[in-house]
Amino acid sequence: MLSQTLQYLFSGLTSGAIYALAAIGFSVIYNASGIINFAQGEFIMLGGVSAVLLTAAGAPLPLALAGAVVVGALAGLLLVKLAIERAGQASQASLIIITIGASIFLQGLAQLVFGKGQKALRPFSGEEPIRIASATLLPQSLWVIGVGAALVLLLAWFFGRTRLGKALLATAHNRLAAQLVGIDVRLVLAVSFVISAAIGAIGGAVAAPITFTSSDVGVMLGLKGFVAATLGGLGNAMGAVAGGLILGFTEALAAGYISSAYKDAVPFVLIIFILLVRPRGLFGAKVTERA
Amino acid sequence: MRKLLMWCAGGLLAAVASSGAASAEVPPANPIKLGATLSATGVAAFLGDPELKTLQLYVEMINAKGGVLGRKLELINYDDGADPNKANANAKRLIEEDKVDFLIGGTTTGATMAIIPLAEKAEIPFISLAGAVVIVEPPKKWVFKTPHTDRMAAEKIFLDMKKRGLDKVGLLSENSAFGQSGKKETLGVARKHGMTIVADETYGPKDADVTTQLTKIKGTAGVQAILVFGLGQGPAVVTMNYGQLGLTLPLYQSHGVASEEYIKLSGKAAEGVRLPASALLVASVLPDSDPQKPVVTGYVKAYTERYKSDVSTFGGHAYDGLMLAVGAIKRAGSTDKAKVRDALEQTKGFIGTSGVVNFSPTDHLGLDLSAFRMLEIRNGTWTLAK
Repeated sequence: MLSQTLQYLFSGLTSGAIYALAAIGFSVIYNASGIINFAQGEFIMLGGVSAVLLTAAGAPLPLALAGAVVVGALAGLLLVKLAIERAGQASQASLIIITIGASIFLQGLAQLVFGKGQKALRPFSGEEPIRIASATLLPQSLWVIGVGAALVLLLAWFFGRTRLGKALLATAHNRLAAQLVGIDVRLVLAVSFVISAAIGAIGGAVAAPITFTSSDVGVMLGLKGFVAATLGGLGNAMGAVAGGLILGFTEALAAGYISSAYKDAVPFVLIIFILLVRPRGLFGAKVTERA
Repeated sequence: MRKLLMWCAGGLLAAVASSGAASAEVPPANPIKLGATLSATGVAAFLGDPELKTLQLYVEMINAKGGVLGRKLELINYDDGADPNKANANAKRLIEEDKVDFLIGGTTTGATMAIIPLAEKAEIPFISLAGAVVIVEPPKKWVFKTPHTDRMAAEKIFLDMKKRGLDKVGLLSENSAFGQSGKKETLGVARKHGMTIVADETYGPKDADVTTQLTKIKGTAGVQAILVFGLGQGPAVVTMNYGQLGLTLPLYQSHGVASEEYIKLSGKAAEGVRLPASALLVASVLPDSDPQKPVVTGYVKAYTERYKSDVSTFGGHAYDGLMLAVGAIKRAGSTDKAKVRDALEQTKGFIGTSGVVNFSPTDHLGLDLSAFRMLEIRNGTWTLAK
């Protein structure tokens, strides 16, 4: 019985870590611009797909991962330069819709380049599962958790300790005031998209041995990541991780102890409840907005 | 200006008149129109893509040999992205605007069900390429289908389990249309074969981890085998997790995973997995006495030479559909829809990639359990299960 529970928790940890990794990317763009980037799932997809294509072309794993990050960052830069900036002073709602369009475009493009099938990336440190009591965990799950933790620390340092990070936060709070104190808001927006895209891409590449990868893998990961980010409090990387893990654990425990038929319903009911009590998510900043 | 318009109108009239005259002179030149709506993109693209490629390849090959009844075949295909609404709109366009002689398609059961009312109303023969039993049960006058059904898959699996002395099954089905239809059929025929379903779990088609469900099944008292009903990447995740947990219960998959991709994705964990599938997948290991051998080896050769990619059973379903349609049109001696339908229904002993087809007024599928081969994955490839 105990070993069963342990396996449920490991299962939750595996999916939760992936959701968390997907959720982190949402927080950076939200921090810089207050918009939710619905193309985030596609950055994740691009990371996984690029890593698979590069390793298939004979690149060693570290090089393939670096390549995936570059492809992702480049996609983020192009999105900002070709679509977001062109929209000028458009409202946040219009910008969000632009990201939805970009997501459909990227998916179609990936389907043309990558084909319609699914591909798997080889696990980074072997397929031999790690046995604890009688439950098992894939070594790749540890990679996902480790990369997620590293990203959270990196982002905390970036937003808390660097001028650019602080400029990003300032722009999100008040664009006009930020401009007045000499912050280049266009640069800030571009930087936020590039960072988010790179985070998405590394997440996609690290998760690819578990989730497999295909041109449409970003739809599910983007959606779960968005839910996790909202649950934890948009804009807070720590919250994104907490949201992802809560989502993963409730799914696994619901499947294990109630019924796998309700696996998807239980976390969503929980989310509705949490958002009713705390509309800004678990770790969301308390901000009063003036109309 | 007015003069110019008059000139134009005059020119148009002349053009229309001359084209009319031309078609009246050489009537055999107008092609036989095959209308297809397939899911070459979207979630069912791995089904629709090989189907479309197969149709294109064989229409070309048939035309190169002079066509059918001295007329060329013309394939008109629209993509439905596995969306039933689009499939319905496509079928309407094929029937009303393109005035096709025959309908092929409906890659998914959902798309097929959206086309059926239109085909029945327009009285046009329709061969579906989708799996579920509901398409031909109860039989509908104008609707036929080529793929094996999920019920047949369940029965074939149960027969194999019985042979190995297994009768308590843990079922793990995908919460997709395919998985849930499979679950319903599995539960429906279990009693008939003396099987007990001791666990009944589900998973989502895009889930990253199903060790929870597998752990639950493993912990169920008396369970002797695991049966997975799903399509695409989900069953591969299940197989990988099965390997991760080090389970030893025999693992059965449905015909939904019958493509090379499944073995590639699942890796080592796929060793020993059994599944029912069409003869197409094991073309090279079939004994020479097998009546399907020449058909399937011919198809595999033509497809791989042209597209440089592995065949899947789904492309084979399209091959069967096209050949059944062509056969019926030949026997009817015309494209008169009622005559073609009658000829199609009288098809007997047609050897296709999915088995030997014998249609009758009450059976618009025409396959029996012998159409399925029980396969086992050994050394990363398909073998016939002993």
